[in-house]
Amino acid sequence: MTTARVVQALGDDVSTDVIYPGRYMATVLPTETPQYAFADLGAFNAKLKAGSVPAGSVIVAGKNFGCGSSREQAVSTLKGHELVIVASSFGRIFLQNAVNLGLRLVEAPGAAASEGDELEIGPAEVVNRTTGKRYAVRPLPAARQAIVDAGGLIPYTRRRLLERAAKR
Amino acid sequence: MGMTVVQKILARASGRGAVAVGDVVEPAVDLAMSHENGALVINQFLEVFRGTGREPALWDASRIAIVFDHRVPAESPKTATNQKKVREFVAAHGIAKFHDIRGDRGGICHQILPENGYVRPGAVVVGTDSHTTSHGALGAFAFGIGATEMASVWTLGYAVNVEVPATIRVEVRGALADLVEPKDLILHLVGVLGAAGATFRVLEFHGEAIRAMPTSGRLTLCNMSVEAGATAGIVPADAETLRYLRDEAGVTEPVQPVVPDPDAAYERVVEVDASALAPQIACPHTVDNVRPVTEVAGKHVDQIVIGSCTNGRLDDLATAARILRGRTVAAGTRMLVFPASGRIYQEALAAGYVADLVRAGAVVMNAGCGPCLGVHEGALGDGEVALSTTNRNFKGRMGNPASEVYLCSPAVAAASAVSGTITDPRQGGGR
Repeated sequence: MTTARVVQALGDDVSTDVIYPGRYMATVLPTETPQYAFADLGAFNAKLKAGSVPAGSVIVAGKNFGCGSSREQAVSTLKGHELVIVASSFGRIFLQNAVNLGLRLVEAPGAAASEGDELEIGPAEVVNRTTGKRYAVRPLPAARQAIVDAGGLIPYTRRRLLERAAKR
Repeated sequence: MGMTVVQKILARASGRGAVAVGDVVEPAVDLAMSHENGALVINQFLEVFRGTGREPALWDASRIAIVFDHRVPAESPKTATNQKKVREFVAAHGIAKFHDIRGDRGGICHQILPENGYVRPGAVVVGTDSHTTSHGALGAFAFGIGATEMASVWTLGYAVNVEVPATIRVEVRGALADLVEPKDLILHLVGVLGAAGATFRVLEFHGEAIRAMPTSGRLTLCNMSVEAGATAGIVPADAETLRYLRDEAGVTEPVQPVVPDPDAAYERVVEVDASALAPQIACPHTVDNVRPVTEVAGKHVDQIVIGSCTNGRLDDLATAARILRGRTVAAGTRMLVFPASGRIYQEALAAGYVADLVRAGAVVMNAGCGPCLGVHEGALGDGEVALSTTNRNFKGRMGNPASEVYLCSPAVAAASAVSGTITDPRQGGGR
Protein backbone atom coordinates (compact mmCIF):
# COMPACT_ATOMS: atom_id res chain seq x y z
CA MET A 1 0.00 0.00 0.00
CA THR A 2 1.40 3.40 -0.97
CA THR A 3 -0.03 6.85 -0.54
CA ALA A 4 0.75 9.62 -3.01
CA ARG A 5 -0.58 12.84 -4.41
CA VAL A 6 -1.92 13.38 -7.91
CA VAL A 7 0.42 15.75 -9.71
CA GLN A 8 -1.40 15.79 -13.05
CA ALA A 9 -4.88 14.70 -14.20
CA LEU A 10 -5.36 13.91 -17.89
CA GLY A 11 -8.15 12.55 -20.12
CA ASP A 12 -8.50 9.62 -22.54
CA ASP A 13 -6.07 8.65 -25.32
CA VAL A 14 -2.96 10.41 -23.99
CA SER A 15 -0.60 9.53 -26.84
CA THR A 16 3.15 8.98 -26.80
CA ASP A 17 3.35 12.15 -28.93
CA VAL A 18 2.06 14.05 -25.90
CA ILE A 19 4.16 12.15 -23.33
CA TYR A 20 7.37 12.45 -25.35
CA PRO A 21 7.11 14.51 -28.56
CA GLY A 22 8.70 13.00 -31.67
CA ARG A 23 11.07 15.91 -32.14
CA TYR A 24 13.06 14.71 -29.10
CA MET A 25 13.34 11.14 -30.30
CA ALA A 26 16.99 11.55 -31.29
CA THR A 27 17.56 11.52 -27.53
CA VAL A 28 17.41 7.86 -26.54
CA LEU A 29 19.30 7.27 -23.28
CA PRO A 30 17.12 6.88 -20.16
CA THR A 31 19.53 9.23 -18.39
CA GLU A 32 18.70 12.01 -20.87
CA THR A 33 15.01 11.55 -21.70
CA PRO A 34 13.43 12.84 -18.42
CA GLN A 35 13.94 16.50 -19.38
CA TYR A 36 11.42 16.19 -22.24
CA ALA A 37 8.53 14.58 -20.32
CA PHE A 38 5.28 16.21 -21.47
CA ALA A 39 7.35 18.88 -23.22
CA ASP A 40 4.23 20.38 -24.83
CA LEU A 41 2.47 20.71 -21.45
CA GLY A 42 4.77 23.57 -20.49
CA ALA A 43 3.79 24.06 -16.85
CA PHE A 44 3.93 20.35 -15.99
CA ASN A 45 7.25 19.92 -17.79
CA ALA A 46 8.68 22.91 -15.90
CA LYS A 47 7.50 21.47 -12.58
CA LEU A 48 9.10 18.10 -13.34
CA LYS A 49 12.36 19.68 -14.47
CA ALA A 50 12.50 21.89 -11.36
CA GLY A 51 12.59 18.72 -9.29
CA SER A 52 9.59 19.84 -7.26
CA VAL A 53 7.56 16.66 -7.94
CA PRO A 54 8.30 14.00 -5.29
CA ALA A 55 9.09 10.46 -6.46
CA GLY A 56 5.98 8.30 -6.41
CA SER A 57 3.67 11.13 -7.45
CA VAL A 58 0.73 10.07 -9.58
CA ILE A 59 -0.57 10.93 -13.03
CA VAL A 60 -4.24 10.00 -13.34
CA ALA A 61 -5.67 9.44 -16.80
CA GLY A 62 -8.60 7.86 -18.63
CA LYS A 63 -8.53 5.01 -21.10
CA ASN A 64 -5.78 4.12 -23.58
CA PHE A 65 -2.93 6.01 -21.87
CA GLY A 66 0.26 5.69 -23.93
CA CYS A 67 -1.46 4.90 -27.22
CA GLY A 68 0.50 5.38 -30.41
CA SER A 69 4.16 4.87 -31.02
CA SER A 70 6.47 2.16 -29.64
CA ARG A 71 9.02 4.78 -28.56
CA GLU A 72 10.49 3.62 -25.29
CA GLN A 73 11.40 7.19 -24.40
CA ALA A 74 7.73 7.67 -23.41
CA VAL A 75 8.36 5.21 -20.58
CA SER A 76 11.93 6.09 -19.64
CA THR A 77 11.02 9.79 -19.43
CA LEU A 78 8.33 9.00 -16.78
CA LYS A 79 10.46 6.38 -15.05
CA GLY A 80 13.19 9.01 -14.71
CA HIS A 81 10.85 11.06 -12.52
CA GLU A 82 9.64 7.91 -10.67
CA LEU A 83 6.03 8.75 -11.50
CA VAL A 84 3.17 6.27 -11.05
CA ILE A 85 0.46 6.15 -13.71
CA VAL A 86 -3.10 5.31 -12.67
CA ALA A 87 -5.39 4.94 -15.69
CA SER A 88 -8.53 3.16 -16.86
CA SER A 89 -6.48 1.30 -19.47
CA PHE A 90 -3.16 1.47 -21.33
CA GLY A 91 -1.94 1.10 -24.90
CA ARG A 92 -0.39 -2.33 -25.47
CA ILE A 93 3.19 -1.42 -26.39
CA PHE A 94 3.39 1.30 -23.73
CA LEU A 95 2.23 -1.20 -21.11
CA GLN A 96 4.80 -3.77 -22.19
CA ASN A 97 7.57 -1.13 -22.26
CA ALA A 98 6.60 -0.04 -18.74
CA VAL A 99 6.79 -3.64 -17.51
CA ASN A 100 10.16 -4.03 -19.22
CA LEU A 101 11.65 -0.85 -17.71
CA GLY A 102 10.00 -0.95 -14.30
CA LEU A 103 7.65 2.03 -14.60
CA ARG A 104 4.75 1.44 -12.22
CA LEU A 105 1.36 1.34 -13.95
CA VAL A 106 -1.91 0.82 -12.12
CA GLU A 107 -4.91 -0.18 -14.24
CA ALA A 108 -7.99 0.98 -12.36
CA PRO A 109 -11.01 1.33 -14.68
CA GLY A 110 -12.98 4.49 -14.01
CA ALA A 111 -10.43 5.93 -11.59
CA ALA A 112 -11.01 9.66 -11.27
CA ALA A 113 -9.02 12.26 -9.37
CA SER A 114 -8.01 15.91 -9.52
CA GLU A 115 -4.63 17.47 -9.06
CA GLY A 116 -3.72 17.49 -5.38
CA ASP A 117 -5.97 14.55 -4.44
CA GLU A 118 -4.39 11.95 -2.21
CA LEU A 119 -4.53 8.35 -3.46
CA GLU A 120 -3.98 5.15 -1.56
CA ILE A 121 -2.74 2.55 -4.04
CA GLY A 122 -2.97 -1.08 -3.04
CA PRO A 123 -2.73 -4.35 -4.96
CA ALA A 124 -6.52 -4.71 -5.18
CA GLU A 125 -7.86 -1.18 -5.16
CA VAL A 126 -7.13 2.51 -5.46
CA VAL A 127 -8.77 4.74 -2.88
CA ASN A 128 -9.10 8.44 -3.55
CA ARG A 129 -8.84 9.72 0.02
CA THR A 130 -9.89 13.20 -1.06
CA THR A 131 -13.20 12.13 -2.63
CA GLY A 132 -13.64 8.88 -0.70
CA LYS A 133 -14.22 6.89 -3.92
CA ARG A 134 -12.71 3.43 -4.44
CA TYR A 135 -11.68 1.77 -7.70
CA ALA A 136 -10.82 -1.90 -8.30
CA VAL A 137 -7.35 -2.62 -9.71
CA ARG A 138 -6.85 -5.07 -12.56
CA PRO A 139 -3.72 -7.10 -11.77
CA LEU A 140 -1.03 -7.65 -14.41
CA PRO A 141 -1.23 -11.02 -16.18
CA ALA A 142 1.20 -13.54 -14.63
CA ALA A 143 3.48 -13.52 -17.68
CA ARG A 144 4.12 -9.80 -17.28
CA GLN A 145 4.36 -9.97 -13.51
CA ALA A 146 7.28 -12.41 -13.94
CA ILE A 147 9.25 -9.69 -15.76
CA VAL A 148 8.41 -7.11 -13.08
CA ASP A 149 9.50 -9.59 -10.38
CA ALA A 150 12.82 -10.15 -12.16
CA GLY A 151 13.50 -6.40 -11.93
CA GLY A 152 12.71 -5.68 -15.57
CA LEU A 153 13.39 -7.25 -18.95
CA ILE A 154 17.16 -6.74 -18.98
CA PRO A 155 17.81 -8.84 -15.85
CA TYR A 156 15.09 -11.27 -17.00
CA THR A 157 16.77 -11.74 -20.39
CA ARG A 158 20.21 -11.97 -18.79
CA ARG A 159 18.94 -14.78 -16.58
CA ARG A 160 17.42 -16.62 -19.55
CA LEU A 161 20.68 -16.22 -21.48
CA LEU A 162 22.70 -17.73 -18.64
CA GLU A 163 20.18 -20.56 -18.11
CA ARG A 164 20.42 -21.45 -21.79
CA ALA A 165 24.22 -21.35 -21.70
CA ALA A 166 24.22 -23.62 -18.61
CA LYS A 167 22.04 -26.20 -20.42
CA ARG A 168 24.52 -26.60 -23.24
CA MET B 1 -11.84 -25.98 -32.13
CA GLY B 2 -10.05 -24.58 -35.17
CA MET B 3 -7.43 -21.86 -35.12
CA THR B 4 -7.18 -18.35 -36.56
CA VAL B 5 -4.19 -17.39 -38.72
CA VAL B 6 -2.30 -15.87 -35.80
CA GLN B 7 -2.99 -18.89 -33.58
CA LYS B 8 -1.59 -21.17 -36.29
CA ILE B 9 1.50 -18.99 -36.69
CA LEU B 10 2.12 -18.86 -32.94
CA ALA B 11 1.61 -22.63 -32.59
CA ARG B 12 4.18 -23.30 -35.30
CA ALA B 13 6.66 -20.71 -33.98
CA SER B 14 6.48 -21.99 -30.43
CA GLY B 15 6.67 -25.66 -31.33
CA ARG B 16 3.17 -26.60 -30.23
CA GLY B 17 0.39 -28.44 -32.00
CA ALA B 18 -2.18 -25.85 -31.01
CA VAL B 19 -2.56 -22.71 -28.94
CA ALA B 20 -5.65 -21.11 -27.40
CA VAL B 21 -6.40 -17.46 -26.67
CA GLY B 22 -4.64 -16.42 -23.46
CA ASP B 23 -1.92 -19.10 -23.63
CA VAL B 24 1.53 -17.71 -22.93
CA VAL B 25 4.04 -18.65 -25.61
CA GLU B 26 7.59 -17.75 -26.61
CA PRO B 27 7.52 -17.69 -30.41
CA ALA B 28 10.73 -17.91 -32.42
CA VAL B 29 11.22 -14.68 -34.35
CA ASP B 30 11.72 -14.86 -38.12
CA LEU B 31 12.52 -11.19 -38.68
CA ALA B 32 13.44 -8.42 -36.23
CA MET B 33 13.40 -4.87 -37.59
CA SER B 34 14.64 -1.57 -36.17
CA HIS B 35 15.20 1.91 -37.57
CA GLU B 36 17.19 4.76 -36.01
CA ASN B 37 16.08 3.53 -32.58
CA GLY B 38 18.50 0.69 -33.22
CA ALA B 39 20.85 3.02 -31.32
CA LEU B 40 18.83 2.40 -28.15
CA VAL B 41 18.46 -1.31 -28.93
CA ILE B 42 22.26 -1.59 -29.15
CA ASN B 43 22.61 0.19 -25.80
CA GLN B 44 20.14 -2.22 -24.13
CA PHE B 45 21.62 -5.26 -25.89
CA LEU B 46 25.08 -4.48 -24.51
CA GLU B 47 23.47 -3.97 -21.10
CA VAL B 48 22.05 -7.53 -21.17
CA PHE B 49 25.56 -8.95 -21.50
CA ARG B 50 27.15 -6.65 -18.91
CA GLY B 51 28.60 -8.62 -16.02
CA THR B 52 27.96 -12.01 -17.66
CA GLY B 53 31.56 -12.53 -18.77
CA ARG B 54 30.24 -13.20 -22.28
CA GLU B 55 30.86 -11.36 -25.50
CA PRO B 56 27.65 -9.74 -26.80
CA ALA B 57 26.42 -12.07 -29.55
CA LEU B 58 23.36 -11.71 -31.79
CA TRP B 59 21.21 -14.83 -32.01
CA ASP B 60 21.09 -14.61 -35.82
CA ALA B 61 22.32 -11.57 -37.75
CA SER B 62 20.58 -12.77 -40.91
CA ARG B 63 17.17 -12.29 -39.26
CA ILE B 64 17.83 -8.71 -38.20
CA ALA B 65 16.93 -5.77 -40.44
CA ILE B 66 17.88 -2.15 -39.84
CA VAL B 67 16.45 0.63 -41.99
CA PHE B 68 17.17 4.33 -41.54
CA ASP B 69 13.99 6.26 -42.26
CA HIS B 70 12.84 8.48 -39.42
CA ARG B 71 15.38 11.27 -39.83
CA VAL B 72 16.94 10.96 -43.26
CA PRO B 73 19.19 12.62 -44.17
CA ALA B 74 20.10 13.37 -40.54
CA GLU B 75 18.57 16.60 -39.25
CA SER B 76 21.06 17.09 -36.41
CA PRO B 77 24.55 16.08 -35.26
CA LYS B 78 22.92 13.94 -32.56
CA THR B 79 20.98 11.90 -35.10
CA ALA B 80 23.99 11.65 -37.39
CA THR B 81 26.08 10.34 -34.49
CA ASN B 82 23.42 7.77 -33.55
CA GLN B 83 23.25 6.64 -37.18
CA LYS B 84 27.04 6.37 -37.26
CA LYS B 85 27.01 4.15 -34.14
CA VAL B 86 24.38 1.89 -35.66
CA ARG B 87 26.35 1.69 -38.93
CA GLU B 88 29.47 0.61 -36.99
CA PHE B 89 27.48 -2.04 -35.08
CA VAL B 90 25.95 -3.33 -38.33
CA ALA B 91 29.42 -3.71 -39.87
CA ALA B 92 30.91 -5.33 -36.76
CA HIS B 93 28.08 -7.89 -36.45
CA GLY B 94 27.54 -8.61 -40.15
CA ILE B 95 23.92 -7.45 -40.45
CA ALA B 96 23.24 -7.75 -44.20
CA LYS B 97 19.62 -6.51 -44.19
CA PHE B 98 20.79 -2.96 -43.59
CA HIS B 99 19.31 -0.08 -45.57
CA ASP B 100 21.33 3.09 -45.17
CA ILE B 101 20.47 6.54 -46.49
CA ARG B 102 20.48 5.92 -50.24
CA GLY B 103 18.37 7.06 -53.17
CA ASP B 104 18.20 3.60 -54.72
CA ARG B 105 17.62 1.04 -51.97
CA GLY B 106 16.77 3.20 -48.97
CA GLY B 107 13.32 4.12 -47.75
CA ILE B 108 10.72 3.54 -45.07
CA CYS B 109 11.11 0.29 -43.15
CA HIS B 110 7.50 -0.77 -43.75
CA GLN B 111 8.05 -0.60 -47.49
CA ILE B 112 11.67 -1.83 -47.57
CA LEU B 113 10.80 -5.08 -45.75
CA PRO B 114 8.03 -6.19 -48.13
CA GLU B 115 9.63 -4.98 -51.37
CA ASN B 116 12.84 -6.88 -50.63
CA GLY B 117 11.00 -10.11 -49.87
CA TYR B 118 12.07 -10.13 -46.22
CA VAL B 119 8.52 -10.88 -45.01
CA ARG B 120 6.82 -14.19 -45.77
CA PRO B 121 3.38 -15.60 -44.99
CA GLY B 122 3.34 -17.38 -41.65
CA ALA B 123 6.38 -15.53 -40.30
CA VAL B 124 6.70 -13.92 -36.88
CA VAL B 125 7.91 -10.36 -37.42
CA VAL B 126 8.73 -7.90 -34.65
CA GLY B 127 9.80 -4.29 -35.09
CA THR B 128 10.65 -1.38 -32.83
CA ASP B 129 7.94 0.63 -34.51
CA SER B 130 4.23 0.52 -33.80
CA HIS B 131 3.39 0.37 -37.51
CA THR B 132 5.14 -3.00 -37.79
CA THR B 133 1.53 -4.21 -38.01
CA SER B 134 1.88 -3.33 -41.73
CA HIS B 135 3.51 -6.67 -42.51
CA GLY B 136 0.35 -8.57 -41.69
CA ALA B 137 -0.53 -7.61 -45.28
CA LEU B 138 1.63 -10.56 -46.37
CA GLY B 139 0.00 -13.02 -43.98
CA ALA B 140 2.67 -12.68 -41.28
CA PHE B 141 2.07 -12.08 -37.57
CA ALA B 142 3.82 -8.73 -37.17
CA PHE B 143 3.74 -6.52 -34.10
CA GLY B 144 5.50 -3.55 -32.56
CA ILE B 145 7.76 -3.82 -29.53
CA GLY B 146 10.00 -1.48 -27.55
CA ALA B 147 13.77 -1.20 -27.80
CA THR B 148 14.50 -3.22 -24.65
CA GLU B 149 12.26 -6.03 -25.85
CA MET B 150 14.14 -5.96 -29.15
CA ALA B 151 17.42 -6.28 -27.25
CA SER B 152 15.92 -9.38 -25.64
CA VAL B 153 14.98 -10.76 -29.09
CA TRP B 154 18.49 -10.01 -30.43
CA THR B 155 19.86 -12.05 -27.51
CA LEU B 156 17.42 -14.96 -27.29
CA GLY B 157 15.82 -15.21 -30.75
CA TYR B 158 12.30 -15.36 -29.39
CA ALA B 159 9.77 -13.00 -27.89
CA VAL B 160 9.32 -13.66 -24.18
CA ASN B 161 5.91 -14.16 -22.61
CA VAL B 162 3.55 -13.44 -25.51
CA GLU B 163 -0.12 -13.99 -24.73
CA VAL B 164 -2.02 -15.47 -27.64
CA PRO B 165 -4.39 -12.65 -28.63
CA ALA B 166 -8.07 -12.96 -29.46
CA THR B 167 -8.97 -12.24 -33.09
CA ILE B 168 -11.68 -9.98 -34.49
CA ARG B 169 -12.77 -11.03 -37.96
CA VAL B 170 -13.36 -8.08 -40.30
CA GLU B 171 -15.56 -9.06 -43.22
CA VAL B 172 -15.54 -6.50 -46.04
CA ARG B 173 -18.09 -7.25 -48.74
CA GLY B 174 -18.69 -5.35 -51.97
CA ALA B 175 -16.19 -3.26 -53.90
CA LEU B 176 -14.68 0.15 -53.17
CA ALA B 177 -16.03 2.84 -55.52
CA ASP B 178 -13.71 4.87 -57.76
CA LEU B 179 -11.72 7.40 -55.68
CA VAL B 180 -12.61 5.54 -52.47
CA GLU B 181 -9.47 3.82 -51.24
CA PRO B 182 -8.16 1.29 -48.71
CA LYS B 183 -7.27 4.28 -46.49
CA ASP B 184 -10.95 5.20 -46.33
CA LEU B 185 -11.80 1.65 -45.29
CA ILE B 186 -9.30 1.58 -42.42
CA LEU B 187 -10.21 5.09 -41.25
CA HIS B 188 -13.86 4.00 -41.19
CA LEU B 189 -12.93 0.88 -39.19
CA VAL B 190 -10.84 2.81 -36.67
CA GLY B 191 -13.80 5.14 -36.21
CA VAL B 192 -16.17 2.20 -35.68
CA LEU B 193 -13.86 0.26 -33.35
CA GLY B 194 -12.48 3.27 -31.44
CA ALA B 195 -8.85 4.03 -30.58
CA ALA B 196 -8.73 1.22 -28.01
CA GLY B 197 -11.41 -1.01 -29.52
CA ALA B 198 -9.00 -3.73 -30.64
CA THR B 199 -6.35 -3.47 -27.92
CA PHE B 200 -4.67 -6.86 -27.29
CA ARG B 201 -6.55 -8.21 -30.30
CA VAL B 202 -5.78 -9.08 -33.91
CA LEU B 203 -7.81 -7.80 -36.87
CA GLU B 204 -8.08 -10.56 -39.48
CA PHE B 205 -9.35 -9.21 -42.81
CA HIS B 206 -11.66 -11.13 -45.13
CA GLY B 207 -14.22 -10.54 -47.86
CA GLU B 208 -14.36 -9.74 -51.55
CA ALA B 209 -13.02 -6.18 -51.17
CA ILE B 210 -9.92 -7.60 -49.46
CA ARG B 211 -9.43 -10.37 -52.04
CA ALA B 212 -9.63 -7.75 -54.82
CA MET B 213 -7.19 -5.41 -53.06
CA PRO B 214 -3.53 -5.24 -54.12
CA THR B 215 -0.85 -5.78 -51.48
CA SER B 216 -0.18 -2.03 -51.36
CA GLY B 217 -3.73 -1.43 -50.08
CA ARG B 218 -3.50 -4.34 -47.64
CA LEU B 219 -0.34 -2.73 -46.25
CA THR B 220 -2.39 0.42 -45.60
CA LEU B 221 -5.09 -1.57 -43.77
CA CYS B 222 -2.68 -3.54 -41.59
CA ASN B 223 -0.50 -0.45 -41.01
CA MET B 224 -3.33 1.45 -39.35
CA SER B 225 -4.82 -1.50 -37.47
CA VAL B 226 -2.67 -0.32 -34.57
CA GLU B 227 -4.71 2.91 -34.51
CA ALA B 228 -7.60 0.83 -33.16
CA GLY B 229 -5.15 -0.49 -30.57
CA ALA B 230 -4.70 -3.85 -32.34
CA THR B 231 -1.62 -5.97 -31.66
CA ALA B 232 -1.64 -6.86 -35.35
CA GLY B 233 -3.67 -6.73 -38.53
CA ILE B 234 -3.48 -9.67 -40.90
CA VAL B 235 -4.68 -10.58 -44.37
CA PRO B 236 -4.47 -14.35 -44.89
CA ALA B 237 -2.10 -14.95 -47.80
CA ASP B 238 -3.72 -15.69 -51.16
CA ALA B 239 -2.99 -15.56 -54.89
CA GLU B 240 -2.31 -11.82 -54.72
CA THR B 241 0.24 -12.36 -51.93
CA LEU B 242 2.04 -14.97 -54.02
CA ARG B 243 1.95 -12.65 -57.06
CA TYR B 244 3.40 -9.77 -55.03
CA LEU B 245 6.18 -11.89 -53.55
CA ARG B 246 7.11 -13.36 -56.92
CA ASP B 247 6.70 -10.31 -59.20
CA GLU B 248 7.47 -7.37 -56.93
CA ALA B 249 9.61 -8.78 -54.13
CA GLY B 250 11.73 -11.19 -56.16
CA VAL B 251 10.97 -14.24 -54.00
CA THR B 252 11.80 -17.35 -55.99
CA GLU B 253 11.50 -20.13 -53.42
CA PRO B 254 8.11 -21.73 -52.64
CA VAL B 255 5.83 -19.87 -50.23
CA GLN B 256 3.27 -21.57 -48.00
CA PRO B 257 0.19 -19.46 -47.17
CA VAL B 258 -1.36 -19.86 -43.72
CA VAL B 259 -5.15 -19.69 -43.70
CA PRO B 260 -7.60 -19.90 -40.81
CA ASP B 261 -9.51 -23.09 -40.05
CA PRO B 262 -13.16 -22.96 -41.15
CA ASP B 263 -14.22 -23.38 -37.51
CA ALA B 264 -11.72 -20.88 -36.08
CA ALA B 265 -13.07 -19.02 -33.06
CA TYR B 266 -13.36 -15.26 -33.43
CA GLU B 267 -14.13 -12.92 -30.56
CA ARG B 268 -16.54 -11.14 -32.87
CA VAL B 269 -17.18 -10.31 -36.51
CA VAL B 270 -17.28 -6.74 -37.82
CA GLU B 271 -18.98 -6.35 -41.19
CA VAL B 272 -18.42 -3.49 -43.61
CA ASP B 273 -20.08 -2.82 -46.97
CA ALA B 274 -17.22 -1.37 -49.03
CA SER B 275 -19.55 -0.20 -51.80
CA ALA B 276 -21.40 2.12 -49.37
CA LEU B 277 -18.22 3.80 -48.18
CA ALA B 278 -17.45 7.48 -48.85
CA PRO B 279 -13.99 9.04 -48.51
CA GLN B 280 -13.25 9.46 -44.80
CA ILE B 281 -11.41 12.07 -42.73
CA ALA B 282 -9.91 11.61 -39.25
CA CYS B 283 -10.29 14.96 -37.52
CA PRO B 284 -8.04 16.37 -34.76
CA HIS B 285 -6.79 15.16 -32.31
CA THR B 286 -7.51 11.42 -32.33
CA VAL B 287 -7.46 8.92 -35.19
CA ASP B 288 -10.89 7.56 -34.25
CA ASN B 289 -12.54 10.99 -34.69
CA VAL B 290 -13.63 9.95 -38.19
CA ARG B 291 -16.27 11.59 -40.41
CA PRO B 292 -17.22 11.31 -44.08
CA VAL B 293 -15.41 13.95 -46.18
CA THR B 294 -18.75 15.58 -46.96
CA GLU B 295 -19.01 16.74 -43.33
CA VAL B 296 -15.68 18.59 -43.30
CA ALA B 297 -15.45 19.68 -46.94
CA GLY B 298 -14.56 23.34 -47.45
CA LYS B 299 -12.10 23.68 -44.56
CA HIS B 300 -8.96 25.61 -45.54
CA VAL B 301 -5.73 23.59 -45.62
CA ASP B 302 -2.25 25.14 -45.25
CA GLN B 303 -0.24 22.01 -45.96
CA ILE B 304 -0.98 18.79 -47.82
CA VAL B 305 1.26 15.77 -47.19
CA ILE B 306 1.24 12.63 -49.32
CA GLY B 307 3.54 9.83 -48.25
CA SER B 308 4.57 7.73 -45.22
CA CYS B 309 4.44 4.01 -44.46
CA THR B 310 0.67 4.31 -44.79
CA ASN B 311 0.27 5.94 -48.23
CA GLY B 312 3.57 6.58 -50.01
CA ARG B 313 3.39 3.69 -52.47
CA LEU B 314 3.34 3.78 -56.25
CA ASP B 315 -0.45 3.55 -56.63
CA ASP B 316 -0.83 6.36 -54.07
CA LEU B 317 1.48 8.58 -56.13
CA ALA B 318 -0.32 7.49 -59.31
CA THR B 319 -3.66 8.61 -57.84
CA ALA B 320 -2.19 11.96 -56.83
CA ALA B 321 -0.57 12.45 -60.24
CA ARG B 322 -3.80 11.54 -62.05
CA ILE B 323 -5.68 14.23 -60.10
CA LEU B 324 -2.98 16.91 -60.29
CA ARG B 325 -1.87 16.42 -63.89
CA GLY B 326 -2.27 19.74 -65.71
CA ARG B 327 -3.58 21.46 -62.59
CA THR B 328 -1.85 23.45 -59.87
CA VAL B 329 -1.69 23.44 -56.11
CA ALA B 330 -3.85 26.32 -54.83
CA ALA B 331 -2.17 29.56 -53.76
CA GLY B 332 -2.03 29.63 -49.98
CA THR B 333 -1.53 25.88 -49.77
CA ARG B 334 1.73 23.97 -49.98
CA MET B 335 2.06 20.33 -50.89
CA LEU B 336 4.78 17.87 -49.84
CA VAL B 337 5.22 14.38 -51.28
CA PHE B 338 7.37 11.65 -49.70
CA PRO B 339 7.67 8.38 -51.65
CA ALA B 340 7.89 5.33 -49.38
CA SER B 341 11.14 4.02 -50.87
CA GLY B 342 13.89 4.75 -53.34
CA ARG B 343 12.51 2.08 -55.61
CA ILE B 344 9.08 3.69 -55.61
CA TYR B 345 10.71 7.07 -56.28
CA GLN B 346 12.42 5.62 -59.34
CA GLU B 347 9.22 3.97 -60.55
CA ALA B 348 7.31 7.23 -60.07
CA LEU B 349 10.00 9.05 -62.07
CA ALA B 350 9.77 6.51 -64.88
CA ALA B 351 5.96 6.70 -64.95
CA GLY B 352 6.04 10.50 -65.10
CA TYR B 353 4.24 10.93 -61.74
CA VAL B 354 7.05 12.97 -60.22
CA ALA B 355 6.96 15.39 -63.17
CA ASP B 356 3.17 15.71 -62.90
CA LEU B 357 3.40 16.48 -59.20
CA VAL B 358 6.33 18.90 -59.44
CA ARG B 359 4.74 20.80 -62.36
CA ALA B 360 1.59 21.16 -60.27
CA GLY B 361 3.64 22.81 -57.55
CA ALA B 362 4.23 19.93 -55.15
CA VAL B 363 7.61 19.59 -53.44
CA VAL B 364 8.77 16.00 -53.92
CA MET B 365 11.13 15.03 -51.10
CA ASN B 366 13.35 12.01 -50.55
CA ALA B 367 11.87 8.73 -49.33
CA GLY B 368 11.46 8.70 -45.55
CA CYS B 369 9.09 9.35 -42.68
CA GLY B 370 9.30 13.10 -43.25
CA PRO B 371 6.86 15.31 -41.37
CA CYS B 372 4.58 12.47 -40.17
CA LEU B 373 5.98 12.47 -36.65
CA GLY B 374 7.32 15.99 -36.51
CA VAL B 375 11.00 15.15 -36.32
CA HIS B 376 12.15 17.06 -39.35
CA GLU B 377 10.93 18.80 -42.49
CA GLY B 378 7.47 20.17 -43.12
CA ALA B 379 6.81 21.75 -39.73
CA LEU B 380 3.50 23.58 -39.28
CA GLY B 381 3.04 27.12 -38.02
CA ASP B 382 0.84 28.07 -35.08
CA GLY B 383 -2.82 27.69 -35.97
CA GLU B 384 -2.07 25.97 -39.30
CA VAL B 385 -4.00 23.01 -40.67
CA ALA B 386 -2.47 19.99 -42.35
CA LEU B 387 -4.32 17.39 -44.42
CA SER B 388 -2.17 14.30 -44.62
CA THR B 389 -2.18 10.71 -45.83
CA THR B 390 -0.10 9.71 -42.79
CA ASN B 391 -1.42 7.69 -39.86
CA ARG B 392 -1.65 9.84 -36.72
CA ASN B 393 -3.16 13.20 -35.83
CA PHE B 394 -2.45 13.40 -32.09
CA LYS B 395 -1.85 16.85 -30.68
CA GLY B 396 1.70 17.88 -31.60
CA ARG B 397 2.15 14.89 -33.91
CA MET B 398 3.63 16.95 -36.74
CA GLY B 399 5.79 18.91 -34.33
CA ASN B 400 3.54 21.80 -33.33
CA PRO B 401 0.87 21.35 -30.63
CA ALA B 402 -0.74 24.60 -31.82
CA SER B 403 -1.53 23.07 -35.25
CA GLU B 404 -4.21 20.66 -36.46
CA VAL B 405 -3.76 17.47 -38.48
CA TYR B 406 -6.54 15.86 -40.55
CA LEU B 407 -5.94 12.40 -42.05
CA CYS B 408 -7.20 11.23 -45.44
CA SER B 409 -6.57 9.16 -48.56
CA PRO B 410 -4.24 10.20 -51.42
CA ALA B 411 -7.27 11.03 -53.62
CA VAL B 412 -8.71 13.40 -51.01
CA ALA B 413 -5.28 14.94 -50.41
CA ALA B 414 -4.65 15.59 -54.10
CA ALA B 415 -8.13 16.97 -54.80
CA SER B 416 -7.81 19.21 -51.76
CA ALA B 417 -4.43 20.50 -52.93
CA VAL B 418 -6.09 21.86 -56.07
CA SER B 419 -8.84 23.68 -54.19
CA GLY B 420 -6.86 24.56 -51.05
CA THR B 421 -9.75 23.23 -48.97
CA ILE B 422 -10.81 19.75 -47.86
CA THR B 423 -12.47 18.39 -51.00
CA ASP B 424 -14.42 15.25 -51.89
CA PRO B 425 -12.47 13.86 -54.87
CA ARG B 426 -15.74 12.55 -56.32
CA GLN B 427 -17.08 16.14 -56.55
CA GLY B 428 -15.06 17.81 -59.26
CA GLY B 429 -11.72 17.74 -57.49
CA GLY B 430 -11.01 14.26 -58.81
CA ARG B 431 -10.72 12.92 -62.30
